[in-house]
Amino acid sequence: MRPALAAARHAIHPKGRSRSEIEAHTMAEPLIELRAVTKRFPGMKALDGVDFQIFPAEIVCLAGENGSGKSTLIKIVSGVYDFDEGDLLIDGKPVAGLGPRDAIAAGIQVIYQDFSLFPSLTVAENLALNRLLSEGKTFVDPKRRRQLGAEALARLDVAIDLDATVGTLSTADRQIVAIARALMSETRLLIMDEPTTALTGREVDRLFSIVREIQAKGIAVLFVSHKMREMLEISERITVFRNGRKVEEGPTGEFNEARITRAMTGHDIGHERHVWTGDDSEEPRLSVRGLSVGDTVRGVDLDLHRGEIVGLSGLLGSGRTELAMALFGMEPHSGDIRLDGAPLSLESVQDAVAAGIAYVPEDRLSEGLFMRQPIARNVIASAIGRATRGPFLDHERLNALAEQTVSDMRIATPDIEKHAGQLSGGNQQRVVIGRWLLTNPKVLILNGPTVGVDVGSKAEIHRRIRELAASTGLAVLMISDDVPELIQNCNRILLMHRGEIVDRLDTRSVEEDDIHGRLKGLR
Amino acid sequence: MTSVSKLLRRSETAVLAILIVVMIVIGVINPAFWQADNLFNLLRANVVIGIMALSVLTVMISGGIDVSFPAFAVAAMYLTVIAMNAMGYQGVVLPFIGATVIGLLCGLANAFFIHTFRMIPLIVTLGSASVVRGLLLGLVGTSIINIDRMPPSLIAFGSSTIEIGGSKLSLMIFIYLGIALLMWLFLTRTMAGRAIFAYGDDAESAKRVGFNTRRTVYLVYGLAGALAGFAGLLHASMIWLANPRDFVGYELDVIAAVVLGGASIFGGRGSVFGTILGVFMLTLIKNSLIIMRIDNTWQGVVVGCVIVIATALTAWRDRKALV
Repeated sequence: MRPALAAARHAIHPKGRSRSEIEAHTMAEPLIELRAVTKRFPGMKALDGVDFQIFPAEIVCLAGENGSGKSTLIKIVSGVYDFDEGDLLIDGKPVAGLGPRDAIAAGIQVIYQDFSLFPSLTVAENLALNRLLSEGKTFVDPKRRRQLGAEALARLDVAIDLDATVGTLSTADRQIVAIARALMSETRLLIMDEPTTALTGREVDRLFSIVREIQAKGIAVLFVSHKMREMLEISERITVFRNGRKVEEGPTGEFNEARITRAMTGHDIGHERHVWTGDDSEEPRLSVRGLSVGDTVRGVDLDLHRGEIVGLSGLLGSGRTELAMALFGMEPHSGDIRLDGAPLSLESVQDAVAAGIAYVPEDRLSEGLFMRQPIARNVIASAIGRATRGPFLDHERLNALAEQTVSDMRIATPDIEKHAGQLSGGNQQRVVIGRWLLTNPKVLILNGPTVGVDVGSKAEIHRRIRELAASTGLAVLMISDDVPELIQNCNRILLMHRGEIVDRLDTRSVEEDDIHGRLKGLR
Repeated sequence: MTSVSKLLRRSETAVLAILIVVMIVIGVINPAFWQADNLFNLLRANVVIGIMALSVLTVMISGGIDVSFPAFAVAAMYLTVIAMNAMGYQGVVLPFIGATVIGLLCGLANAFFIHTFRMIPLIVTLGSASVVRGLLLGLVGTSIINIDRMPPSLIAFGSSTIEIGGSKLSLMIFIYLGIALLMWLFLTRTMAGRAIFAYGDDAESAKRVGFNTRRTVYLVYGLAGALAGFAGLLHASMIWLANPRDFVGYELDVIAAVVLGGASIFGGRGSVFGTILGVFMLTLIKNSLIIMRIDNTWQGVVVGCVIVIATALTAWRDRKALV
């Protein structure tokens, strides 16, 4: 761990446990222990002879790429899956045939990524439902329901309106409701699956302080995450999985990002940066002056040169997504936008596509991909004109373009007929990016290009974007919360706050912690 | 948030406000509207549609949709009346229990297909409606049972009134309100009722939390069928005839009333009070159209517009809530 990080960790957590304390409690009996557990699925071993322990009041991170076995491990511990070989011990006693209800009875609670909350019901009811259900009551007493909810929130020392419907809460508040609900029963182990994916920096801090409070109550917390910086900040022990095997394990102090990445992928991921060799005085590819979108974007000036990759970050609600949507013709806006010096009118998506602007949205599930359609059709969706003969589709040309994209983007698939929904997150993202590249864009806007994508795949996507920028003169605007991603890929980073660009940084002269500090300072 | 602003944000409040405005406007155009006779008539027209709307409300909260209730109502009504005539039975309680059970069984059949085969409720209920109507007309009969052959006990029951200030108010309105009260208690104060909300909001989460979702689906459609069956026989008692081709087009009116009352067609949202207001609004609109001598065919246009506008408003509300 770098000194700055270690210092930050202690500043946030004065009661940080020392090494000796950790070692002391490893002497105690583990809460959960797996001994040589193997789980087979047809044609593969999801877990292969894994030993794993969690002690009371310990924060452990499980790291690993998609398919490494970490989800399988969670499902075994929470009683969703049975296993084929080995032993599962709770409090030192072997347990056979653990079911989901048994796991809950043993104090094991899982918070899934979707939180499993009821958006139309109130906070109080969401919190109280489990308890009321387990008591087997026929009638509901609204007063008691509210009281149970209030108690649950008081335990975490947070204030959320008990009568608000959960659907109106922010993601961070919803997560807190989910945590509070999980702690309603006699919880001893709380498992959180990718808990920080949808949170901003400040919200992550709040989550972590809650997690430490939970720990102080003697509850163990198991995190599953790809986000290395956060794993290093919160956990006491890190366990890395690869291909169903445990490949590394140790106190967090012995790890850094490079070591985790190497353990997860089995090789070093190059950390070359994007070097832009263009000329500032040249006419910019995209030039934006005084762009405003209602109140959310206020008079933004922005230049993207040929071959540049410009990063854009800021807190949620800073206006960065609205800025991107305006440039893609999806938000009504005012201001002057020029492409290669020629004024542009972006009234609709069609205008933007015709001008050569491509946009890869944040939520590829709802905005980008047709999950039940084959890769080939997904790839061609935005460049359908390149695969037609008169009014009809030319299937040969379509398939040729699709094959070319699959190989260009190195999409891992046996054939182009596979449905987009069957691909991994990283491969799905490559399909979306590949689709836009077929339109031969001049400007590519990426919003959260590697959210939910694992490390190996992420590096591959980054490399491809840098190659494209360097070789074709594509100008890229990369919106992201992932600071290392921005530093690695961009030659400039813009920070946005309350609709304005408040900082313009050159990545040659800025450090990661510096950007984190600036982001946290925005309020 | 203060309780006042919360109250203002509730969709029931909006419906109530619109309702009051509409009543004032109608009263200005036609002062006869405020006469007790007219108002009591209007209330009487709420009864059958209202009970059916409570049936549809339950299904809609669970995230489903039901278009089979008119067919179930007609089958329950006609079979019960035929059976009463065949046996020469004179009574009220037993026939209503019979009609309710017929509706219940039909509803459970819906639940079986929806749960076992994970079928879309719209398709299942369209199919079951068609089957039930077809069987009724094909096997049981097509002739209307007129007032001269209707069981007198039912007629007497359906026309019972109390006098208030010289005008007669149908007692059936109290049956409707009683059922509404029970449904409100059921939906808001029992775990089974909350299970319906949870299931409609997110079926997968409901299962994870530990609700018995199979039981919920059977409960929802069984209850919906039972209410429809009951409403069917009540209708015959109130109009003194049993027509095996009755209730055509009720699907639209009732669904319109429920949507108007603020229930979400995506499930998880809806209230008994809102539904009562929605039903009142719909009957008020139809009643006014009749008073204004607007042709029957145009009523369909109005009801269709009401559905589209009310759904658009709830969709807009739901989308705003997400931002």
